[in-house]
Amino acid sequence: MFCGKIIPVGGRFVDIFDKLKILTDAAKFDVACTSSGVDKSASPGGIGNAAACGICHSFAADGRCISLLKVLMTNVCVFDCKYCVNRRSNDTRRAMFTPRELAELTIQFYRRNYIEGLFLSSGVIKNPDYTCEQMTEALRILREDYGFSGYIHAKAIPGADPALISRLGFLADRMSVNIELPSQNSLELLAPDKSKHSILKPMGYIKNRISENSADLVRYRHAPRFAPAGQSTQMIIGATPETDFHILNLSENLYKKYGLKRVFFSAYIPVAENTLLPARDTKPPLLREHRLYQADWLLRFYGFSAGELLDEQHQNFDPVMDPKCNWALNHLELFPMEINRASYEELLRVPGIGVRSAKRIVRARRDGSLDFTVLKRLGVVLKRAQYFIVCGGRAAQGLRISHDSVLRSLLSERELNLYNFNRYPESEPEQLSLFGNSLNAQEELQKCLTGEM
Amino acid sequence: MPDGGNVAYYYDGSFDGMLCCVFESYAAKEIPDEILPPEALQATFLPAKAIVTDKMKAERVRKSIPEKMGAQAYDFIRHAFLTNIDGKEYRLLLFIRLGFKHGPKVMRMISEDAVYTLLKAVRHLNNESHLLKGFIRFSAFHGALVAEIEPKNIVLPLLAKHFRERFPGERFIIFDRTNDMALIYEPYRHRIIPASGVELPEPDEAEQKIRELWKLFYNTIEVEGRYNPKCRMSHMPKHYWKYMTEFETPGKPSPCRAGTLKNPSGLSLPAASEDNSEDNF
Repeated sequence: MFCGKIIPVGGRFVDIFDKLKILTDAAKFDVACTSSGVDKSASPGGIGNAAACGICHSFAADGRCISLLKVLMTNVCVFDCKYCVNRRSNDTRRAMFTPRELAELTIQFYRRNYIEGLFLSSGVIKNPDYTCEQMTEALRILREDYGFSGYIHAKAIPGADPALISRLGFLADRMSVNIELPSQNSLELLAPDKSKHSILKPMGYIKNRISENSADLVRYRHAPRFAPAGQSTQMIIGATPETDFHILNLSENLYKKYGLKRVFFSAYIPVAENTLLPARDTKPPLLREHRLYQADWLLRFYGFSAGELLDEQHQNFDPVMDPKCNWALNHLELFPMEINRASYEELLRVPGIGVRSAKRIVRARRDGSLDFTVLKRLGVVLKRAQYFIVCGGRAAQGLRISHDSVLRSLLSERELNLYNFNRYPESEPEQLSLFGNSLNAQEELQKCLTGEM
Repeated sequence: MPDGGNVAYYYDGSFDGMLCCVFESYAAKEIPDEILPPEALQATFLPAKAIVTDKMKAERVRKSIPEKMGAQAYDFIRHAFLTNIDGKEYRLLLFIRLGFKHGPKVMRMISEDAVYTLLKAVRHLNNESHLLKGFIRFSAFHGALVAEIEPKNIVLPLLAKHFRERFPGERFIIFDRTNDMALIYEPYRHRIIPASGVELPEPDEAEQKIRELWKLFYNTIEVEGRYNPKCRMSHMPKHYWKYMTEFETPGKPSPCRAGTLKNPSGLSLPAASEDNSEDNF
């Protein structure tokens, strides 16, 4: 049973331009567009390589990286998830790529270096198995007919037969299952056709296949590889009432239990009028999303645990202070840290020192003790770090380190007021432009995206 | 360390030539105030000393660098030579002298200005070449792929491996408009040749269609509620936009200049190159 309006699928009513427009528009809210996690070069006679660091090919006017051709196979969907533009009850134009025209488009874009590969997701047409078969066929044409070795990220369709998901996994570099909303309650409310179980089941299946496959690869070097760039997921932030604490704990569990490479957050942008959802004129909570990403980086690269960053009493991140700085200010007893003696793990906890500069410090101090000038040259952001470190027992000149003085120097007057009340400003809802003099928003966002803070 | 000799060296602009300047600096026990490429000769008031490129001398220096300061330092020097910073030869001379004195440790001596400046310049080079791996746009002309770039450093040697691995079966050319060079590849070899002012043909219908599809995708993928041009600019500075398909103005397919090839023997567009020279790049 599939509903929706007129469905001119593959017919002469919709040309390739229409299809691309409809199916891009329907996919644009998906977050993950990364092409990272796997290194390979083209097979003989084929086309395409991949770099583990990932390559951005362009940036859209919203500042998000474009790395992959991110489209849906079809935006026809039998489900009626209330937050989704492709829900069955939405009156919108529908289209579907044929597997071959999608493969052809991917190759033409790829040859011109527009993209690093394909990110294929889909609405559920007819049933999950049929949808999965269409996606698999597009990937098969790419891999087998065109000999394409570029990056492919495929969404597993919940409810599809494990054998079909397995076939998809051998064709793709990365797989993902969207967890959609941060709790079972919210799912029941907004996505009546999905359940926690139907989402976690394929996630668990993919995890098992990946670990089986890595065992196979140890024994047989040329065993086919199952999703070599791993598995990721995403969830919508701000459509439902979960707190940051809840979301961060959920992410931590997903990393631990399902071995995910990434958990992506997507600030909810109202696409439907529904009493269960935030009002249509609600601004997307971009700053909140940004804070969650910062915290996510702290979990994955900085050795923090969710419980250190938030707790029952502090359920949400501070709008004007990044999570790491906030943590440091609440643990001033650990500071100032002696740069020449602190361990790598300790260095990582200093605001203004990132993974790269911590590694550089550890290497550089073998040749002799470090001073502030050298630290700056090593890439440490002294503007922040100076409040938390000493070099050879000496602090940066003219600094007085206390909770209040640090706050006063890192924040503007207005931000300080906001910080003291720990709330988001009402007049300008959650825009990054909030950061005026003291914290450069651009710089901060950049760091968030490159993973240094 | 010997005194500044109140002298400027000038050399032929090649890497070997630069190594010969290092050789001369040790042989004459002097450190020149400047080392100048041939085109800059008029720019100095100092007495100038012409350093003739001698393969034997260059080879002696080339061999001793990895022995004395490690393969990593040699690699670093090769990269630093591709950067665009002012006085890179002079800084390289200081770096190499430091390296002969201190060994592999020289790579970490960032409190030395010569080391730090070169380190920053090489980082800039690597960064630029990484970004270009994504931002380069090819057009298909009669089955060959052609691209143009205007980099700040000499990036073609760094891009060659990546694009060879990406398009092993294709023929492609990347024109570097800043340095008047071109990277030419056909299965399975590439070379870098001097090339300036090659005019690219108008795109044919099939090519234009793909470009239009890409522009459509680019404009559709944006989420309007998140419009953030500053963020885009910081990730993708404007000087890269010039040759990118998505920013092409309608009716004017690509910015190109008329001209001829410096090296007419090797290359004929659009049918890519017949590689018949002995060039070993």
